[in-house]
Amino acid sequence: MDIRNLIRMANDIGAYFAAYPNHDEAVAGIAAHLRNFWDPRMRRALIDYSNQEGGADLKPIVREAVLALAQQDRPAG
Amino acid sequence: MRSRADNDLVTPARTGGRLVALEIDGRPVAVPEGTSVIRAAAEAGIRVPKLCATDSLEPFGSCRLCIVEIEGQRGYPASCTTPVRDGMRVRTESAALARLRRGVMELYISDHPLDCLTCPANGNCELQDMAGAVGLREVRYRPSDENHLSASRDESNAYFTFDPSKCIVCSRCVRACDDVQGTFALTIDGRGFASVISPGQNGPFSASECVSCGACVHACPTATLTEKSVIELGQPEHSVVTTCGYCGVGCSFRAEMKGDLVVRMAPDPDGRANHGHSCVKGRFAWGYATHPDRVIHPMIRNSIDAPWRQVSWEEAIGFAADEFKRIQEKYGRGAVGGITSSRCTNEETFLVQKMVRAAFGNNNVDTCARVCHSPTGYGLKTAFGTSATTQDFDSVMASDIIMIIGANVTEGHPVFASQMKRRLRQGAKLIVADPRATEIVRMPHIEAAFHLQLRPGTNVALINALAHVIVAEGLVDEEFVAARCDPAEFATWKKFVSEERNSPELAEKITGVPAEKIRAAARLYANATNAAIYYGLGVTEHSQGSTMVLGIANLAMATGNIGRPGVGVNPLRGQNNVQGSCDMGSFPHEFSGYRHISDPVVRATFDAAWGVKVDSEPGLRIPNMFDAALDGSFRGLYVQGEDIAQSEPNAAHVSTALRAMECIVVQDLFRNETAKYAHVFLPGSSFLEKNGTFTNSERRISRVRKVMAPLGGKEDWEITCDLSTALGYPMKYSHPREIMDEIARLTPTFSGVSYEKLDRLGSVQWPCNADAPAGTPVMHTAKFIRGKGKFTITEYVPTEERINAQFPLILTTGRILTQYNVGTQTRRTPNAAMHSEDRLEIHPNDAELYGIRDGDLVCVQSRRGQTSLHALVTDRVQPGVVYTTFHHPESHTNELMTEHSDWATNCPEYKVTAVHVSPVSRGSQQDATAAGR
Repeated sequence: MDIRNLIRMANDIGAYFAAYPNHDEAVAGIAAHLRNFWDPRMRRALIDYSNQEGGADLKPIVREAVLALAQQDRPAG
Repeated sequence: MRSRADNDLVTPARTGGRLVALEIDGRPVAVPEGTSVIRAAAEAGIRVPKLCATDSLEPFGSCRLCIVEIEGQRGYPASCTTPVRDGMRVRTESAALARLRRGVMELYISDHPLDCLTCPANGNCELQDMAGAVGLREVRYRPSDENHLSASRDESNAYFTFDPSKCIVCSRCVRACDDVQGTFALTIDGRGFASVISPGQNGPFSASECVSCGACVHACPTATLTEKSVIELGQPEHSVVTTCGYCGVGCSFRAEMKGDLVVRMAPDPDGRANHGHSCVKGRFAWGYATHPDRVIHPMIRNSIDAPWRQVSWEEAIGFAADEFKRIQEKYGRGAVGGITSSRCTNEETFLVQKMVRAAFGNNNVDTCARVCHSPTGYGLKTAFGTSATTQDFDSVMASDIIMIIGANVTEGHPVFASQMKRRLRQGAKLIVADPRATEIVRMPHIEAAFHLQLRPGTNVALINALAHVIVAEGLVDEEFVAARCDPAEFATWKKFVSEERNSPELAEKITGVPAEKIRAAARLYANATNAAIYYGLGVTEHSQGSTMVLGIANLAMATGNIGRPGVGVNPLRGQNNVQGSCDMGSFPHEFSGYRHISDPVVRATFDAAWGVKVDSEPGLRIPNMFDAALDGSFRGLYVQGEDIAQSEPNAAHVSTALRAMECIVVQDLFRNETAKYAHVFLPGSSFLEKNGTFTNSERRISRVRKVMAPLGGKEDWEITCDLSTALGYPMKYSHPREIMDEIARLTPTFSGVSYEKLDRLGSVQWPCNADAPAGTPVMHTAKFIRGKGKFTITEYVPTEERINAQFPLILTTGRILTQYNVGTQTRRTPNAAMHSEDRLEIHPNDAELYGIRDGDLVCVQSRRGQTSLHALVTDRVQPGVVYTTFHHPESHTNELMTEHSDWATNCPEYKVTAVHVSPVSRGSQQDATAAGR
């Protein structure tokens, strides 16, 4: 997947949730959105980017959400 | 001329009043107060002769044929304009009445050609019937007397003729144009014997304001206004009630047939979406179904650069299945997917998603609703609990305030627009929020109270400012909010919209709409007894499409405009089955009935019914499929009835992605743009060639009935069954009714739907289940589907697509009445001549600035591509904004569009593209003209 495109899409999601007054709720909202609507290969690519490149081009709130998502998406065992 | 099958009750029904008891020809009759005597008689089975009256129009009382005798009343009153009274005793036949009626008929016939045997209306002519009914035996007036028999025929309309020599000046056509359609294109010119029907200023129909809706043709009692198809083929001999395959209004039609030949499509007076009305597409533009361009033989090829090879169905299906299996074996289970179409039936889309989930074993299924109303799905599901309109169409007749946001109703949803216009002419007030002055902003007898002409891409700033005023001025319906909505979420929202950044003054800077206008519009909306919002793609096709849908839902809840007739949130769906394709589980994250695929309880029901383990992970959406094709993880695609190569944005990117795939199977009527990249072509069937159901914008499920055999030999659902079976997952249904039965078993909102019920009731609106066995016209009446209504924060986030010195104008797009989407169907009908090219609308100020004159060929360049269009200089658009339609592939409109999309759903941002425009040099223009552009 084109990581630039995924970063842009993730940041767009982040821009919506960033307005939430409760930060934790916003982070959880982003992670849930990625979990509910993104194909696993897209999520995996974003998590890999976050892990390997520090997610530099992700908005800070999205970086947090991707970390949370990585925890949820971690294979069992 | 109406269908012979119609039971014309002569004047409109009156409902709600007390019953009035009277006696007609000695029979006791009871009808609601306000009913005409002639309708009371018709309902009792007594037919009074008449010519100028028909039950789709208010009575006029001009023909004097429906005269009756009423005990105690002098003279012979017209029964069409005489309302019933208690104790009235009416006589419809007497020697005196017979003599008077014969005298009236004699005068009519004295100025009518006596060519019944060769007349196209022979066998279905009210004048002929009435001459027989009154016993006319002679005409004493000489043909040499003054008459209109030599009046010349107007053939200028593509679909019907106007023969004034046969006209009896009953005014039914004029009244139909005024009252039913609301266009006011016809008038009666002259007085007395010199009276003639006149389109516009006495010119031909084609030069008038006529929109070819056919209402006048339908109302005409003679052969004066007649379909050219009837003139050519003769009167039909049987009819089948079916549903239009064009827009989301979902009009009911009688396909009037001779054998398996369609003679005409006549609007069905019993159709509850259209009430006997129609538009130029549904009424007339069905000829594409038998167009010579139809592909009727399966074809395959090993490479998209190789020529097509015509093969048997078995070979084509086998080839496709082998390829999909090979790709999955090589690249993995998730390397293939399918796309359903909003033009296909519920049953067809249900089968495609079933095949993807059960035979492919993944959730890589999406629908073309992705590129239109997916933000509606997300927004309304979030706010209310389900992804659908809250109202039925008839609800608009109870609205006091109608707010239209980003929808061009008279062009995109013309039959519903006629109903809305009728309500507006009755006195409802109109607010239009649109970057462009759409027709309904100002038209005969209608003028918007406010046209909020905002800049494209600033919807959310506007909706927040409207909410700000409503909260600041204490216009919130606190009682509704307290009873029906989540209080904590409301409090958070209230605080958010109250902030200064959402004030009308700051919104004015963003939207360009004066703050005072925003305030006044907010007051008008909030203070209404019943206020309704209607919206279209001008809301959804933005980077904040979903946010705007949420903002609309917030506004409706805050003002208590949910849960009763006359109010609500009403998305107007573009294609015939957008609602249905979404309902059927065509999105990659949810099953039918909008239930997420990760829900183990729901998934278990599908696992059990289908005998497979359905994947719990969401699949790829359409734009994700293109990205995955380019990274090599997605290699095979089954596309049913959708032209992704032409309808998706950023066309160059799409083209590269399609070229990267190893097997694309296109199932369609025509060799469309996508077929250029396909390896298998499976001939699809038109709506006339198959059985099924469509679900319109108001959640109304209506039957589609087969009137002719599929030209390619198979209905679309049969093709999907064959492909699934070849993939190793057998699907066996003998009729689409069995597919609907499966949908009903697996989908709680459809559990009460069956073909038997649809045949019995005509149509039903979901939810249709044990709680609502006859369906649900208005939703969320006592509580929201999700329980408490959810207010959400809707921060305005500007689109990344910005104007600058290089691209100083914003291009936005829309539709035109005569064409449908990318024109695959309508361009193959005479409608093509009514809109032969997409043009670029540009404001006079900008035209002057860029040296562009009306009609010039203009180069339009964006960050993604360029095209050329002829200019239409008009102040319908505001300075800084240009506009075009997207119906012709040679316009290459979508090559201009960017990769920006709605944050929640990836619905493309078709409505905002920064462009530069420049006139093509004169020499180049001449070259282009010579080349046919």
